[in-house]
Amino acid sequence: MSMMIDITPTHFDATAHFERKRRLAFAFPAVILAYFAYIFFAFDIMGLAERARLDNAKILVADSYSYKTHVTRDNRSGALSIAVEGENKGTWPDGTSPDWVDIQSPERTLVTLKHGQEVLLDGNTMRYVVPGYGLITAEVTRRDGVTLDLPSDTIPDWISASEARVDITTDAGRVTLTRARTEVMRYHFGWELFWFTLDSPFYGKSLGELAALAVSSDRIVDGKSNLAAMAHDVWNNRMWQHKDVMWAIFETILMAFLGTMGAGLVALPLAFAAARNFSPFMAVRGAMRRIFDLLRGVDALIWTLVLARAFGPGPMTGALAILLTDTGTFGKLFSEALENVDKKQIEGVQSTGAKPLQRYRFGVIPQITPVLLSQLLYYLESNTRSATIIGAITGGGIGLLLTQAMITQKDWEEVSYYIILILLMVMLMDTVSGWLRRKLITSDDGGH
Amino acid sequence: MTDLTAGQAAARVQSMQAAYMEMTRRKRTYGAVMLIVFVALIVSGFQVADARNAGGFWDGIGNIFQFPGEVLSEAGQKIANLPGLMWKFLPSLIETVNIAAASTLLGALGAVMISLLATRGLAKWPRLIGLFRRIMDILRAVPEIVIALVLIFILGGGPVPAMIAIAIHTMGALGKLFSEVNENASLKPVEGLQSVGATWGQRMWLGVIPQVAPNYLSYALLRFEINIRASAILGFVGSGGIGYDLKNAFSWGQGRYDEVAAIFLLLFGTIVLFDQISSHFRNKLIGEG
Repeated sequence: MSMMIDITPTHFDATAHFERKRRLAFAFPAVILAYFAYIFFAFDIMGLAERARLDNAKILVADSYSYKTHVTRDNRSGALSIAVEGENKGTWPDGTSPDWVDIQSPERTLVTLKHGQEVLLDGNTMRYVVPGYGLITAEVTRRDGVTLDLPSDTIPDWISASEARVDITTDAGRVTLTRARTEVMRYHFGWELFWFTLDSPFYGKSLGELAALAVSSDRIVDGKSNLAAMAHDVWNNRMWQHKDVMWAIFETILMAFLGTMGAGLVALPLAFAAARNFSPFMAVRGAMRRIFDLLRGVDALIWTLVLARAFGPGPMTGALAILLTDTGTFGKLFSEALENVDKKQIEGVQSTGAKPLQRYRFGVIPQITPVLLSQLLYYLESNTRSATIIGAITGGGIGLLLTQAMITQKDWEEVSYYIILILLMVMLMDTVSGWLRRKLITSDDGGH
Repeated sequence: MTDLTAGQAAARVQSMQAAYMEMTRRKRTYGAVMLIVFVALIVSGFQVADARNAGGFWDGIGNIFQFPGEVLSEAGQKIANLPGLMWKFLPSLIETVNIAAASTLLGALGAVMISLLATRGLAKWPRLIGLFRRIMDILRAVPEIVIALVLIFILGGGPVPAMIAIAIHTMGALGKLFSEVNENASLKPVEGLQSVGATWGQRMWLGVIPQVAPNYLSYALLRFEINIRASAILGFVGSGGIGYDLKNAFSWGQGRYDEVAAIFLLLFGTIVLFDQISSHFRNKLIGEG
């Protein structure tokens, strides 16, 4: 009995400890919740619901996988034109038309939409047959503007009508009439003219026909084999601009590559000057560190702006901005790696009578190479993303194309094309850098 | 054991030596070739970049101090304005930091969930581990600017598109790091909790989170540093915060360079300050763990 230890204080301590932990377990989520409540009001989330334009979202989604063809009649001259997305570059040559447009006479055109709907453009009159609703007639005159005649007394909500403009939107297509022009639009699935534009002899051919053409010896374009002509037409596609897009992707990767590797090359010697065990002068070390901090602290955004003034827009500016920022980052990382090297290996090399440069080459470099390489490759991948953003600021690469396509707010299929390309590019760089990292760092114990 | 004559032994050593030297030589040749290829890539890359740039490198290098010089001289003339301007831009700066903080928090919470679901031994649905990993890869791959621009079109300007964009990327990036941390967590507490009938949520909350919380926090702080920069950049491209003010002042040009200087100073100070704070706490956390 005398051996019994008084456990009261221990018990008391444990209870207090648990109590504290429990309070913390509740306080932590409470603080986060309070912060989110503050953000909710500071960012005006309630107002966001009103400002949000869900119709924009709908356009974006619909446009990203479909395209529309405009059949436009100029109501002043009576001329008819058919164009993909209503763009000049996608205009059907005179006298040709898709099979759902029937040009019966210069003044009479029948457009077949989906679900049995038909639009007849007859002079300045438009007759639109909607099964289940009836015949919509609209006439455009110079004096009265657009006069609309409906089978029902009230105007349904899918038609908006005024004297200046009538807009009929159904799930099969869309018709707009103004004094200047009558326009019928039909939606189709896919990305039209992605490979060949309408002026290419290869437009509208199936994959089998193209394959047959590629191996046949009849030349469609003089002086070129069919395969070369096809490649030329795809590469110079004016609608999708594959040439410019591929150059832009290349520029973005180039920015990331040059920026990262250049920073590595600049940072390595500077890191020696900043490492405690290699640089005997404290003033030099301190100065180097401050330079690294400055380069990192100023940030890529500001470097980009400063450099863009000196060099103008382009990939070089972006590469230099990444180079400057990452010199700071690498300088810090490398000098830390250098401070952690094992002295024994250097002394071993020194004992064989190696000169200082040889000591670095065989005693130090092999030790830090794995760290160095893995950091470089990791940043190469992350800088591919940064280069996209920097390109949007300075004007170069795929970032610029993306922002431009966004600003026009109509080529959403191009926006989705760019987004897919950017994702593929980043994933490719991710895979390449991961592969290189494994290959270089594990297969070879340090690159000596 | 076989008896070797001195001659045989010497021959064997010699052949070994020759083979070793041959290997070393080959390795060196490979190294040299790789170095040459690498240097050639860099040099030709710079030439291509230079050719495709609006202004050339050698023309521009002389002007590199021109813009900072203009900003500095104008800020110097109006130095009395600077404190007032900094005060004026403080709300935008707070917004930028808030975007970073809220998106880091949101992203980290999402990352905790998805990383637990994507770790072997902890996942609620072990069959879906691969799916969640792919989701993380995709979230990580999307550059913030892509999501931000799309959301600006739908939601209009302001801080929310930037917040969501950064949060999504953060979720992917932290999710990967968190799941690496989770893999090193001991499964014993989890098994103990399971034996007393704890649900999956309870097992994670009481068995895993306490083990990994310091590492989670350390990574989240590092991410916060990165996100402050990202939030400033996204502001410049189109959303709210100090980046937007910088863009306005910057595109105005001469006459508002005092504002540019004030924003540069604020941004620089903020980045350095939060770097210091976060590295201080990270050192503490890592020391503890």
